[in-house]
Amino acid sequence: MKKFSKASTASKKAFLNYGIVIAFFVIFQSLVSTGNITSALKGQLIPIACYMIMAVSLNLVVGISGELSLGHAGFMSVGAFTAVIVSSAMAGSSDKGSLIVSIIVGALIAAIAGFLIGIPVLRLNGDYLAIVTLAFGEIIKNILNCLYVGIDEKGVHFAFNNPAALAMSAEGKVIINGPMGAVGIRKISTFAAAIILLLIILIIIQNLVNSRTGRAIMAIRDNRIAAESMGLSPMKYKMLAFTVSAAMAGAAGAVYALNYSTLVPKKFDFNTSILVLVFVVLGGIGNMTGSLLAAGVLVVLPELLRKFSDYRMLVYAIVLILVMLVTNNEKLKGKIDTFFKKLRMKISKGGRK
Amino acid sequence: MLVHLINGISLGSIYAIIALGYTMVYGIAKMLNFAHGDVIMIGGYVAFFAMSEGAGLPAPLALLLAIIVCTILGITIERLAYKPLRSATSLAVLITAIGMSYFLQNSALLLWGANPKAFPDMFKNAEAIEFFGAKISPVALVAIFANIVIMVILTLFTTRTKVGKAMRAVSEDKGAATLMGINVNFTISLTFAIGSGLAAVAGVLLCSAYPTLMPTTGSLPGIKAFTAAVFGGIGSIPGAMIGGILLGVIEILARAYISSELADAIVFGVLIVVLIFRPTGLLGKQIHEKV
Amino acid sequence: MKKKLLSLILTGAMVMAMAGCGNTGAETGTVGTTENAGTEETAAAAAGDGALTGTLKLGVIGPLTGGAAIYGNAVVNGAQIAVDEINALGGAFQIELQAQDDEHDAEKSVNAYHQLQDWGVQAIAGTVTTTPCIAVSAEANADRVFMLTPSASATTVTDGKDNVFQLCFADPNQGSASAQYIFDNQLATKVAVIYNNADAYSTGIYQTFKAKAEELGLEIVSETTFTDDTTDFSVQVGDAQSNGADLVFLPIYYTPASLILKQADSIGYAPKFFGVDGMDGILTIEGFDTSLAEGVMLLTPFSADATDDLTKNFVEKFTEKFGEVPSQFAADGYDCAYAIKAALEFYAAKNGGLDVTGMSAEELCEILISVFTDPEFSADGVTGLGMVWDANGQVNKEPKAVVIKDGVYVGM
Repeated sequence: MKKFSKASTASKKAFLNYGIVIAFFVIFQSLVSTGNITSALKGQLIPIACYMIMAVSLNLVVGISGELSLGHAGFMSVGAFTAVIVSSAMAGSSDKGSLIVSIIVGALIAAIAGFLIGIPVLRLNGDYLAIVTLAFGEIIKNILNCLYVGIDEKGVHFAFNNPAALAMSAEGKVIINGPMGAVGIRKISTFAAAIILLLIILIIIQNLVNSRTGRAIMAIRDNRIAAESMGLSPMKYKMLAFTVSAAMAGAAGAVYALNYSTLVPKKFDFNTSILVLVFVVLGGIGNMTGSLLAAGVLVVLPELLRKFSDYRMLVYAIVLILVMLVTNNEKLKGKIDTFFKKLRMKISKGGRK
Repeated sequence: MLVHLINGISLGSIYAIIALGYTMVYGIAKMLNFAHGDVIMIGGYVAFFAMSEGAGLPAPLALLLAIIVCTILGITIERLAYKPLRSATSLAVLITAIGMSYFLQNSALLLWGANPKAFPDMFKNAEAIEFFGAKISPVALVAIFANIVIMVILTLFTTRTKVGKAMRAVSEDKGAATLMGINVNFTISLTFAIGSGLAAVAGVLLCSAYPTLMPTTGSLPGIKAFTAAVFGGIGSIPGAMIGGILLGVIEILARAYISSELADAIVFGVLIVVLIFRPTGLLGKQIHEKV
Repeated sequence: MKKKLLSLILTGAMVMAMAGCGNTGAETGTVGTTENAGTEETAAAAAGDGALTGTLKLGVIGPLTGGAAIYGNAVVNGAQIAVDEINALGGAFQIELQAQDDEHDAEKSVNAYHQLQDWGVQAIAGTVTTTPCIAVSAEANADRVFMLTPSASATTVTDGKDNVFQLCFADPNQGSASAQYIFDNQLATKVAVIYNNADAYSTGIYQTFKAKAEELGLEIVSETTFTDDTTDFSVQVGDAQSNGADLVFLPIYYTPASLILKQADSIGYAPKFFGVDGMDGILTIEGFDTSLAEGVMLLTPFSADATDDLTKNFVEKFTEKFGEVPSQFAADGYDCAYAIKAALEFYAAKNGGLDVTGMSAEELCEILISVFTDPEFSADGVTGLGMVWDANGQVNKEPKAVVIKDGVYVGM
């Protein structure tokens, strides 16, 4: 009986998240189709969905698996640049088909990268693990900075650190030009596609978390030694979470890349990883609903702050610090709690009168 | 080869001084102070304005002023942003530190503008020094020398003085240190003060060696130095020195002989290899888990 | 749970506050339009005689914060001077200027572009940097919004987009012109090149320079690269020195160039240095020891020390308002505003007047495209007299070769 009620709260929470995503879609899609939306917000819908995917996928590693990753943007860039290549190679195909294939291939390649990087990374602990993920994020960025990809009638050409080695025919077109990034990307991402992807990813994560595997991952997070003595392999389960998360970041990267006509490796540097980590921490570690909301709010916030022009990022920084202080400091939190209690009492008293 | 080696050691010495700030704060407060790189930048600006035509202070006084300002800044940051979070999760502190880093960078942007400033040459009259046929700039030698002096003083400080010993005690076990009558809060503030003062020295050296000063000047050296601290074993003072110098040498050699684009990737690659074989860095303490 | 609730409430409150600000912003917007209505009347009266009337909403997009902020701020300030001048004339034609920050990031740049659209932008002077410009120009091309970029110089910015024009040189021209100049004047026998291969501008010039140098038989003995974050140039300068280069070609911006000059000086290496238009501004870096730049040669369309009235007027006003000498980017921004005004006047004169108030961006885009591609149209500015544009959107103007002597530019 107890077990049953527990499962139902878990699924309630899960359905809350689906509800949020679907509501987000329905509200904004109807605003778009009736023309009641500012073009600023309309242009941000796809990136918001992408950052939501990034946030929930990072939460899988940071919250559920308990490892601090500072290089999540690296996987996003792997997915993004893979998608650029795939979509260019499929130039003749329909937009929908190209988008779906690009996302799948992007996710796959990012998963492979996640697996390979996970082998050394997951042997480490705590802050050392964090710094190594940071290092890998930077390495991925550096390698992409040296990557040259061209396409001509013979197919796709690759070169490393030497654009001349592409050896393309006269009709060939360079699609990824080292540090200058990709230009002429097919803009085929749609808001609907991004939302469907987000829903699929939420379904995967929430079912994973509530499964036997998910409980094993959390058991290892809470007490590795106890879990190990129960016969769980920490490496296997951590690796699973890490790879799945990387694949999801890759898929988000694919949708993100195909929404802009140009993309540079520098976009996915340490700062982007930190940005996503901020979503996860502010939304609440391990709390998927929080990640979704925090990603949505914090992506839009700097745009709303444009009114402050030069002071925009300063205000953003102050908000960030204040929110962290208020939510994490016992004294301040207590004060605010009593304030709200008093407020509530006043309101209820007022109501009685 | 020799030139590159010496240039590498010089760059590494600057990394080492920055890394000291990271490593000491981490050792005691167990937090990654991401705003450290931006304190360096502030130190650079303070020295710049002190030496500019308006104020016209001589270089040593400008350095002293930078140290004082950064020390006060470091203590203030600790009191306002980090102290309230002493009992919070390390992630919450990390995000606060990142917020602080954004805050400092954007304040600098508003105060001093985005235009890069050329840091005045402190060693204007010194000629390039011939060293076995290689020409070495005087700043490079000063950086190496400063690094050695700082390292010796800090080692003596932490092993010989009462306050220094208290610092080590706090980093070892906060609870026990409190029971022994050590004022933990004071010790942590002191660590921030020393770390930030060192950041000012590093800022002045960094800007003298690479004389361009912008609000983002501190970010990348900050991350590199942080890597150096981990490389040498975070929390260890000699580790920071070795890590910093190795990092600088690897970076310069990789740039000279392999590829300037891949230099950073190679630096981080070496870090990963080191951590795989020595999971707590070169000189880090091996922590054995108790069941 | 309480904690989370609290943080949500807090962020929620923040957003509400922001939304509040948004509303006030919109209100001021309306006030602006009522004012415009006033000018509209005068506009109607003036129309029909070939005059340009109305208020143009001109947007600028560029990095105002972050590492590339210097370029964006320079362009915005330059454009501001031009707009102030135009508005101070008190004529029937006025410009409202709005600048949006893009942090030198494609995503933010597209956001900034959409913000400008919500404001009702009619034409864009931007974006300042190349990568964001490519992203924004794709959007603007689909939406039919006219763009005149002050400083995004890569050919990919204008390729295949009929609505995008450049005010600065396209990269290839500068590289071959530099090689030709070095060869013609026999400045060197052995040349070293140091360029930023993370930068489309720098790499573009390098590639055409190299091709032209090979064609002319100019020997390149050292080619080294760096990226945006590089501050240590010991390797690059050392390589040029050990290969015995007697001229170092620097197709880069002035900030890294100042570091290279300093590094060369500190190891006692004194070749000739030859730069391109990005080098302009090196003398204005606060605290820079200008003696290091003694003898540096560069090809540039703008020099703040030029003695013609246009430049003198601009430099004086800019220095007075912003307390610094304008760089080439500021000059580009200034010229952008004037080029757009000149194009509108050109059209008005030909078609018996033009009232731009409330005109849609699409309509204005077609007008501006027709003028900019009109072979009879030319614009004068501080970066060149008689600038004309080809159908690709590239500008044609003369670079000037200058050498730095005693801390000022001297024509060569």
